[in-house]
Amino acid sequence: MADIWLLFGAATFAKLLLIPSYRSTDFEVHRNWLAITNSLPLRQWYVDETSQWTLDYPPLFAWFEKLLSFFAQFFDPKMLEVSNLYYASEETVYFQRLSVIVTDFIFFYAVHEFKDVSSLSKDIKKKGSIFMQYTIPVLLIFNLGLFIVDHIHFQYNGILFGIMLLSIIRILQDRNVEGAFWFAVLLNMKHIYMYVAPAYFIYLLRTYCFQADMPISWSRFSVRNFANLTAVVGSVFVVSFGPFIYLNQFSQVLSRLFPFKRGLLHAYWAPNFWALYSGVDKVLTIVGVKSGIMTADNVQSGSMTSGLVQEYNHTALPSIPPGFCFLLVIFGMLPVLLSLWDQRTKVSFVRSVVLCGLTSYLFGWHVHEKAILLAIIPLALLTLNSKQDARIYLFLSTVGYYSLFPLLFTPLENMLKVLALIQSSIFSFWAFSFIYSEKSRKEDDTPILLQLPLLNLSESVFILGLIPLGLFNSLGFWLLNIGERLPFLPLLLTSVYCSLGIVYCWLEFYRLCLTDSEVGIFSIFQSVSRFSVVGYNNHNSDVDQIPSKKK
Amino acid sequence: MEFSTYYSISFYVQTTLIVLATLTLKLSVSLWGHSGQGKPPMFGDFEAQRHWMEITVNLPAEDWYKDTKDNDLQYWGLDYPPLTAYHMMINGKIARYINPDFVKLGSKGMEDPPVKIFMRMTVLAMDLLLFLPTAIAFFMYSQSKKNKEKDILIQITMLVGYPGLILIDNGHFQYNNVSLSLFILATLAFTKKADILGSLLFCLALNYKQMELYHALPFFAYLFGALIQQKIAQGITKFISLSSVVALTFLALWLPFISSADSILSVIHRLFPVKRGLYEDKVANVWCAASIIIKFKEIFSQSDMAIICLVTTTICLLPSFLHLIQNPNIQHLQYALINAALVFFLFSFHVHEKTILLAVIPAILVLKSDPLIVVWFMLISVFSMLPLLIKDGLLLPTVATVGLFWIISIHYVKPTKNIPSQMKLAFELSLLAASCISLATIIIPPPARYPDLFSLMIAIFSCLHFSLFALFFHLKQFDIDIYDFNDSRKLSKAKTDEVSYSLRHRNTANDVRNRQRNQRH
Repeated sequence: MADIWLLFGAATFAKLLLIPSYRSTDFEVHRNWLAITNSLPLRQWYVDETSQWTLDYPPLFAWFEKLLSFFAQFFDPKMLEVSNLYYASEETVYFQRLSVIVTDFIFFYAVHEFKDVSSLSKDIKKKGSIFMQYTIPVLLIFNLGLFIVDHIHFQYNGILFGIMLLSIIRILQDRNVEGAFWFAVLLNMKHIYMYVAPAYFIYLLRTYCFQADMPISWSRFSVRNFANLTAVVGSVFVVSFGPFIYLNQFSQVLSRLFPFKRGLLHAYWAPNFWALYSGVDKVLTIVGVKSGIMTADNVQSGSMTSGLVQEYNHTALPSIPPGFCFLLVIFGMLPVLLSLWDQRTKVSFVRSVVLCGLTSYLFGWHVHEKAILLAIIPLALLTLNSKQDARIYLFLSTVGYYSLFPLLFTPLENMLKVLALIQSSIFSFWAFSFIYSEKSRKEDDTPILLQLPLLNLSESVFILGLIPLGLFNSLGFWLLNIGERLPFLPLLLTSVYCSLGIVYCWLEFYRLCLTDSEVGIFSIFQSVSRFSVVGYNNHNSDVDQIPSKKK
Repeated sequence: MEFSTYYSISFYVQTTLIVLATLTLKLSVSLWGHSGQGKPPMFGDFEAQRHWMEITVNLPAEDWYKDTKDNDLQYWGLDYPPLTAYHMMINGKIARYINPDFVKLGSKGMEDPPVKIFMRMTVLAMDLLLFLPTAIAFFMYSQSKKNKEKDILIQITMLVGYPGLILIDNGHFQYNNVSLSLFILATLAFTKKADILGSLLFCLALNYKQMELYHALPFFAYLFGALIQQKIAQGITKFISLSSVVALTFLALWLPFISSADSILSVIHRLFPVKRGLYEDKVANVWCAASIIIKFKEIFSQSDMAIICLVTTTICLLPSFLHLIQNPNIQHLQYALINAALVFFLFSFHVHEKTILLAVIPAILVLKSDPLIVVWFMLISVFSMLPLLIKDGLLLPTVATVGLFWIISIHYVKPTKNIPSQMKLAFELSLLAASCISLATIIIPPPARYPDLFSLMIAIFSCLHFSLFALFFHLKQFDIDIYDFNDSRKLSKAKTDEVSYSLRHRNTANDVRNRQRNQRH
């Protein structure tokens, strides 16, 4: 157990080293929020417009900033002045960076709790090499995405994902009310987590409000449990939004939280379905103009490289209204939610969280590239569940982290991100090939050149294809000297290529969820709860059951 | 030369991860400040190196070490040997290709981000091309086959992750990695009985940084000792080949400067400036530590002091030197290298705090036999450089890299395993005290009357440790087991096992071969 604290320590020291690295405008966004919450009265929080980076996170996050600002004044009180735009003294930088590093302890706590959960099984431990015990903590603690987004780019995702993990883990431990509480807190800190709310809702309703093992009927509905949940979740929302409803500002707050004026795609196209759609649109436009079907007048020259949020109008294909995205997301989630209602197991719960996150990422309106972490981080919890989960994790995390690359573009940070991705991929492929090795040795698939562990040949080629893509986008682009003519080409290529990979992951993971019944270590949670489905006896064999079943 | 082969795939994967992690670490430290950043008019070592690129690219080689109208020696005149100058010339040519302004003659204090990034990259390039491969090769090939893969990996990690070198090279800014790599490679060559190659590599190291002279004496003793044990004919052949290699290497490197005796002298004057003081800043050597009691600087004139230093250093070098001549084997050589460097550091004239690296690096090479002392030494050596690192704005990277190093060493090296409890207690108390002094240095402003109070405390504390470590490594060289004083039989057995398993005695191997040859006749 002491070892996991060493991992926390190592991660913290590594984060300290990144303090002077590049930081995005999000740094100023959060400084501004510190200033707003510290120096303005409550009724001004969601009204103030001194800075263009207005407060657009839910109230609990504002309170979190207010708490931080209390410590900030000991570093440099000047950062707490609202009018002090783009203020970044050395103390301010240290304070804000350290605040991210310190609040990451919530994340560490969640990982620590998960370790307790997984050590419930004696079998795994016996079988477990050091890999079995430490792979998931390492994947979480040294999560490349969080390093890039939090400790270089600058945001507070560490604490948020910490709370998310904590809520998942509490539910895995059958402490459902606590889980719901933490999730409600999370929603009131950053509303992007609404993406995964349906999975929580369905799971808690089905297993906590109804009796999990019984066929569904209203007579089994536990009013008490339902009341418990509603009270806990409701009170969190009341604490959060109550004051603003009292101030008669509820609609003002909502308009800040949901700015529909933004476009379908962010400045850099997050690699989702709409990036593919827009990519096709772009190609059709070029073809159309070349062949004379379209005139150049009605074609905007959309430069999508500037940092500000701007709209990109489709020219060849119909433009997409936000409502359509919303419907698509709902339809995309329905199958997995129905399957969760049906299977009501813990594995299917975590998988549904992942799939809800991934579906919203793919079809949502104005999605940021960072949102891919919403799928990658919970998926990491499943990697010891089965070889198939691990396989999709390997694929999704590599592509997903690569898709974060455009966030960093300064020379040293560019090198850091490349080195870090290579390390993280080598580590995860190596660890999982080790964990799932026994089986593959028996199978007579001799390793082929270019074939990565766990993946099949075409998947491996796709992953390795990131290397020439990266080389082209950096060196080739520079050597061929096409930066003037096609400035957005690297970003376009990156997002189209990555979106192909992520859509593939989504399909594959969907297939896995709908065809697979529960196996693997998560059944341990089941056996701890009242209704044991899979006993301890099966454990030795079931880590690797799925591939054999399918064949 | 014979190399043991066959390592598992897992070993190579882990080695790759170590390389990548080290580069990431060094790159992160590179984000921080360098020496003399934003401190006109002289700036610091960073500007010195950049200035040397400028000099070597723009001026003919004869003028590099001379005071001319384009080369003001008062402003960071070149005072390293020719190999450094050539290295700087190559870097400078690349720099000129990227942006001629980087090395424009007469530019002072260039610190724009592009220059800084370029310079950082040149250090990282040497890490990647020279230092990391050297570290890996040393531990893969220098030891007997019995060594487990895991042990090799741990030793590599400890060497490449040593915070002192990372902070000085990638933070403060220097190219110690080059001369130290050449030195390690020379040691490796001697381990593999390739004496001529070893001498060549050591000459290169010496010609990169004259500080490598600290290691010259042990190498000489080792070769000389081996020489006199051989038969006369063989000995003479060996002597001639060794000395011609050394002479040729020097000749080749000094070629542009041999035009006249004058220019050779000007180089030598630049390399060994006797005019500088007894010590700069506060350094953890004997003279500085003893200065609280005896004010050497006031009692003796500078030249007298230089002679006193010379005499004391020579006397203290003798035991290790003579012992090595009599018992020339690799293990003794490795300890003698540490000893010579430590004695020079403690007693010689005009020592820099960074010079301790020359003693730490050979010590890391014997990590396996004395994990506790070596880890202890490594930590105290970083501690001794703390005032310098704070001055460069590298406090937080120091904390972070030392923290990482500490985590790796307690998790993998486990320095306090199988160690008598008194030793363990001493180790823990010493580190506790060092942390307290560090904390005080950072938090408490020094009293106005003694502005150097904390630096002096650090110097004295480190000097005390270095002296004890020097004693320990001397005893190790003389094969006296220090733990025997603590009468633990089990331990001494473990110790002998380790000794026998570690590097093979050179002359015993020779003896065996000779005996076999005699029997055949």
